[in-house]
Amino acid sequence: MTGRPLPKSLDDTPALGRWISLAEPGRVIIASGKVELGQGITTALAQIAAEALELRLARVTLAEVDTDRAPNEGFTAGSQSVEVSGAALRLAAAQARAALIAVAAVRLGADAARLGCDDGAVLLDGAPSGLDFWGLAADVDWGQPVADAAGLRPASAYRVVGQSVPRADLVQKRIGGGFIHDIDLPGMAHVRVVRQPFRMARLERVDSDRLARRHPGVRALGKADFLALVSDDEYAVHAAHAEADRFVRWQEVPGRWQPAKAPEGMVAAIGAEPAPATCTSTIAVRYARAHIAHASIGPSCALAQYEAGRLTVWTHSQGVFALRAQIARCLGLDVAAVRVVHAHGAGCYGHNGADDAALDAAIVACALPGRPVRVLWSREDELSRGPLGAAMSAEISAGVDAAGRVAAWAMHVTSAPHAQRPGMGGYANLSSAEAMDGAHLPREVADLPEAAGGGASRNARAIYDFAQEVRVAIDTRSRIRTSSLRSLGAHLNVFAIESAMDELAELAGADPLDFRLRHLSDPRCRRVLAEAAEMSGWAGAQATGEGVAKGLAVARYKGKGAWLAAVAEVTVEADVRLQRLWLAVDAGLLINPEGARSQIEGGAIQAASWSLKEAVSVENDRIAAFGWGSYPILRFSEVPEIETRFIESPGAAPLGAGEAAQGPVAAAIGNAVARALGARVRDLPLTRAQILRAVAGG
Amino acid sequence: MTASVCFHLNGLAVSLDADGDTPLLFVLRNRLGLKAARFGCGNEECGACLVEIDRRARFACTTPIAALAGAQVTTAEGLPDHPIGAALLAAFAQEHAGQCGYCLSGILMAAFVLLRANPTPDRASIIAALDGNLCRCGAHGGILRAVERAVASLAEAAP
Ligand code: FES
Ligand code: FES
Repeated sequence: MTGRPLPKSLDDTPALGRWISLAEPGRVIIASGKVELGQGITTALAQIAAEALELRLARVTLAEVDTDRAPNEGFTAGSQSVEVSGAALRLAAAQARAALIAVAAVRLGADAARLGCDDGAVLLDGAPSGLDFWGLAADVDWGQPVADAAGLRPASAYRVVGQSVPRADLVQKRIGGGFIHDIDLPGMAHVRVVRQPFRMARLERVDSDRLARRHPGVRALGKADFLALVSDDEYAVHAAHAEADRFVRWQEVPGRWQPAKAPEGMVAAIGAEPAPATCTSTIAVRYARAHIAHASIGPSCALAQYEAGRLTVWTHSQGVFALRAQIARCLGLDVAAVRVVHAHGAGCYGHNGADDAALDAAIVACALPGRPVRVLWSREDELSRGPLGAAMSAEISAGVDAAGRVAAWAMHVTSAPHAQRPGMGGYANLSSAEAMDGAHLPREVADLPEAAGGGASRNARAIYDFAQEVRVAIDTRSRIRTSSLRSLGAHLNVFAIESAMDELAELAGADPLDFRLRHLSDPRCRRVLAEAAEMSGWAGAQATGEGVAKGLAVARYKGKGAWLAAVAEVTVEADVRLQRLWLAVDAGLLINPEGARSQIEGGAIQAASWSLKEAVSVENDRIAAFGWGSYPILRFSEVPEIETRFIESPGAAPLGAGEAAQGPVAAAIGNAVARALGARVRDLPLTRAQILRAVAGG
Repeated sequence: MTASVCFHLNGLAVSLDADGDTPLLFVLRNRLGLKAARFGCGNEECGACLVEIDRRARFACTTPIAALAGAQVTTAEGLPDHPIGAALLAAFAQEHAGQCGYCLSGILMAAFVLLRANPTPDRASIIAALDGNLCRCGAHGGILRAVERAVASLAEAAP
């Protein structure tokens, strides 16, 4: 025993056989409660198990997450999959290897120390012994609890971990198949849900005659304010849904929607307010972002079938166990009567419409016993009706003293909720649950606790050494649904902090890089900052030319994850154009370097897209525009050249990389734009309209 | 109006009865079981459904099946059987191009149509050819490198 605490996943699911199975000759099936979201976890976890078992990667397969079998590891979120599930699997695989070797030692009458293994074959004194894992598996006690006892191989001996292995799941996805959207269940009905145009809208009238006339073969299926269109033919139901406003009428019932109770006062307060007396110059500024859509290229999809008292749901949810509990609750079923199976969805960047779609399918399946049903969301609903990334603002009052050091810093964050996943706060938090029964409308909303990285408070504490007063409040007044989107509060918080640092550097007459280093003792943070500056040829604060400039920013994700420094180069004419990005990252041990790189660079492009272009259009607290036309994202002709360098940290634990870029990239772009423009834009996105406003105001 | 339509799909003759207004996308996915063309928007805005029709890139989500009489249609399922398609698939694997993969089949088709017309495109032409395709995962860099790699490998293979 090493005395280290076991990963929580192993406390919850201790039995070895729940994690590793050798039932199929020549193959090893590993289990995880974490799901593939397009981030490549299938491959990374297989690499970890293959390493510990000294197997070729091709022998290892990750089982789909199925509530009937998989260990419950909560939500796949917060870039924790490799940290949490990887740690559990590494221990389980090491223990399985030790147990198999122990059985071989008995069979061979040899000391275990003389045995080794190579791709499943047991070696005696380095030579084949004639035994293999699969012949020994029957004698292993698979019920034994996984402990931290087996001894892990040193990182220097790794052969599979640390290699850039191509993602096996992409082979099929390139030429068709592989997604939940592609599952055909025999005789399935195609379903589109006509969503409420705003929360607690009352379904006033469905003109069934008109529907039948215009769309023969499509029928309406309603339950309170939930309305589904069902057909054998997908195109028929798609076409009917596209013009639903011709035969469906909604009504506002005053007072029916009530905002949830916000957490009392501040949800997080860190540090004490330093005395501002010593400041020689100060800033008092406000930074903000609008609601942001997940905007996956594939709309949310789900399938379900209710048969013989049992409901099976296929979903691309991030949390199949929580979803199962809420589906059971909303439909009055026993949890044991519901099985939820994960299937791959299009890219998932947080709590999107996947769970909502799953309940949609479950409702319709229960209304059509025996019949498999498939629900697909429209593009317009995907961009507007699932939970959105929360609009936020951050007010910073700060100042520098005569020595050019930060002498006062207070940051007040106000944010719509970031934590409304299924079951959170005791509420279903599912769109159609509210439509079926208004009692499901949440009455109270909390933020994510600091231990979970915080929500609105994520990265609200700056990484710098100066004293800080930080306050965070949740604003629940809007009826727009919001929840967790990649990096949660970190995007706006880091944008605000790192923008303010540049504003203060200017007051202090200092170079932004020197100014940051002056307040920074964290060595790994200093290192990424210096590296990014070096990569970009950082040459101080001066503008590099007419309307061309570089900006710089740094953060450590959640204050405990990966460090990332970014330098952005922009040109500003009518619009901002992001030309180049240099990223320096310390993400600890890299399981799959190419995988980590595409996570970081993908995150950086998405952050650039949010920061330059994205805001969900809202008027009178209702979503006012739909579709890609009104919600543009960065295109091939607009993406920057990116250079990424990983800082090697031998012996360091792996840290999730998927969300580390969001804040620093946003701030680096903002700082570059401020310098190119000579005026600061504090409201994201940095569109032409915002720039004109800032220039006029500044 | 139900009509009988005959066309060539990935080199094979296909004949089917369908409502002529039905977009090719739904026919491919639900009648023919070909899932490479994907639904993204249904509105010519994302390219997830892109296929090749008579050597041009077309949105399957809005192309009515009636318009296909006699056409030559290629979907991403047909790429492995074509030297340019095979080179693209290999290059995408080697460059680790793509994150979730949902956009990839459409992007591969846009690249395929480009390389069939112009085997030596420069980066600007590649970007122009792919600009109608959206990728939310930010996999653009790897995708561009992959297309360039395919161009290079085809040039090498050519006599
Ligand atoms: S689905 Fe055809 S362009 Fe989006
Ligand atoms: S790889 Fe996910 S949309 Fe392109």
